[in-house]
Amino acid sequence: MKVVKIDKRNWAGKLEKLKESYRLFGPVKDNEFHIFERLDKGELPDFNYFNTRLSPKSIIYPQSETMLEFSLDKSKENHHILKETDTDCSPRAVIGIRPCDAAAFLLVKRNFDTAEHKDPYWVKAYETTTFVGLACNNPQATCFCTSAGCGPFYEEGLDLLLVDMEDHYFAKIITSKGENLLEAAGWNTGTDADPAGKQIKTMKQEAEAKITSSITTDKLKDKTTTDLFDAPFWEEVAFACINCGTCTYVCPTCWCFDIQDEVNGYSGIRMRNWDSCMFPLFTLHGSGHNPRSTNMQRVRQRFMHKLKYYMDKYDNGIQCVGCGRCIRLCPVNIDIRKVCDLMNSYGD
Amino acid sequence: MLGYITKIREISERLLKEGKVDMVIGFRKGTVPMMNEPCVVKNPENVKELVWDSNCGINLANYLTDRKEKIGVVAKGCDSRNIVTHLIENKIKRDQLFIIGVPCKGMIDRHKITSMFAKEIKEVVEEENRIIVRGDDYEKIFKKAEVLQENCAICIHRNPVIYDELAADLVEEQKDVDRYEDVRRIEAMPAEKKGNYFDNLLSACIRCYACRNACPLCYCLTCFVDESRPQWVGKSINPTDIRTFHFLRAYHCAGRCTDCGACERACPMGIKVREFTKKLEKDCFELYGWEAGMSLDERPPLDTYRPDDPDFIK
Repeated sequence: MKVVKIDKRNWAGKLEKLKESYRLFGPVKDNEFHIFERLDKGELPDFNYFNTRLSPKSIIYPQSETMLEFSLDKSKENHHILKETDTDCSPRAVIGIRPCDAAAFLLVKRNFDTAEHKDPYWVKAYETTTFVGLACNNPQATCFCTSAGCGPFYEEGLDLLLVDMEDHYFAKIITSKGENLLEAAGWNTGTDADPAGKQIKTMKQEAEAKITSSITTDKLKDKTTTDLFDAPFWEEVAFACINCGTCTYVCPTCWCFDIQDEVNGYSGIRMRNWDSCMFPLFTLHGSGHNPRSTNMQRVRQRFMHKLKYYMDKYDNGIQCVGCGRCIRLCPVNIDIRKVCDLMNSYGD
Repeated sequence: MLGYITKIREISERLLKEGKVDMVIGFRKGTVPMMNEPCVVKNPENVKELVWDSNCGINLANYLTDRKEKIGVVAKGCDSRNIVTHLIENKIKRDQLFIIGVPCKGMIDRHKITSMFAKEIKEVVEEENRIIVRGDDYEKIFKKAEVLQENCAICIHRNPVIYDELAADLVEEQKDVDRYEDVRRIEAMPAEKKGNYFDNLLSACIRCYACRNACPLCYCLTCFVDESRPQWVGKSINPTDIRTFHFLRAYHCAGRCTDCGACERACPMGIKVREFTKKLEKDCFELYGWEAGMSLDERPPLDTYRPDDPDFIK
């Protein structure tokens, strides 16, 4: 393990240097909340935040993304032929992503980057991005990452982990991508790894101890899927749900999209937009039939997908990192922790 | 208002025990500060789940749409006006309902309170007329009036307009309230400034439709934004499409909106969506002297024609 000490007095200058070789993204305050945005010249990430209101998934997977372009002008060569859109594939770095959000990309990767199918847009964006995490010293009351397969200092999914030590950061190198970034910025003075490692370990334990919220998932795997599907509690769980898309849009692990063509005059684009299993249109068939026509069916789908189908399909935990956004932002206070416990204890 | 709950539970238990209703729709305590969850109680033993405090800002009329059961529903002033609107628009029948009227003293603004603190809010405790906000190492006490939802601060119909039984004595209505100060401020802006103002207002919108879905008026089987033949509105986060959604939704609520504030409360991005609906509410008041949901005996202005209707096309 190699740890580099970054003096905060050099932080701004080195980040500017980094912008020569990377497009930087980081948390900035937008009105009252933090959001991940491109950091232009002179702009610094603002680390004074718990977590951003929207997850940083949009950096890799934008809410609306142009996939292909076309022209309907018959006087033009190649009219009516779909062409690939020029996208900027130069290296990017996300500075200050929380470990849970970086871990979320690994869950999403199982969908977008498989041996059989590779989503070129997602894969290209992901592979050209370096993730510089910011360890979470002060988790929130709705955070339950430690029982959802990651944690406030979790490293998988990150290339570097920054730990805020008041007057300096420790940057723990996790991958060669992370090491390259440090070099590009000129942060290459290694520090004595042992004492730094000990300090980081202590802080990690302190942060984990601050997480008071948890879910229990141990029995989900062995439950019969159809039993859970038919469980009587779904009507009650779903009663308050207004079927908006908030939980799915703020979730770092929700990946569903819809493809649309939009034409303006003679030029058109094929784009994809986030979609939500909470919307009736999500499953409406061309015939007019809708297999998930009721509120309850859609609410059940979301929780079953996250907590059961995903587990059944990939045998690799649940499709949730415990960031707590859906709990904090649901307009009617539907709480995934309660639902998970209902599912996990069903039939006991 | 905290004292109401005993009576709400008592009425609910009686209704369920006597079989007068199949269910009671109310609120149960939320899992995070300043949130309660709309819930349904079917068993008289479970009425203890029901709560009432200043975090019941979601409009329960929204949960009545097209239901077939006999329902007891807890209704504050605005909810009751939306129940009236539902009755007028045939979304529920009067004899299906037992309305437990709640004379309301206002709901607290969770967006406003959250934005006042850089540190995490761990607990919000309510005492009569006082709201105490606590975090790990701080405590701040507000007068409730300081942290009311904006629509509640200017509300002039706190008492339910229709009910079968009250949970408490009627409260005094607020008088001399300037309901439209903010609308006039926007009306006075030159066109370009107004356009920029709306663009800024909507810049955070993620098209989750929480505003629409929390609204008891938005019950169309297929909303115009979900139509695909023809597709009226694009699906992306293009600002024109976002603006189209919000403007059209507001127009669909003209003469029907009771300014219950559920849309604004529901918005995960804290967008002041009432700025649109309120302009139309003001127009309906000024043109027709109309306030939505006040009476079962009068048809709404936009579904009737009178030869002396004012000419509003300018």
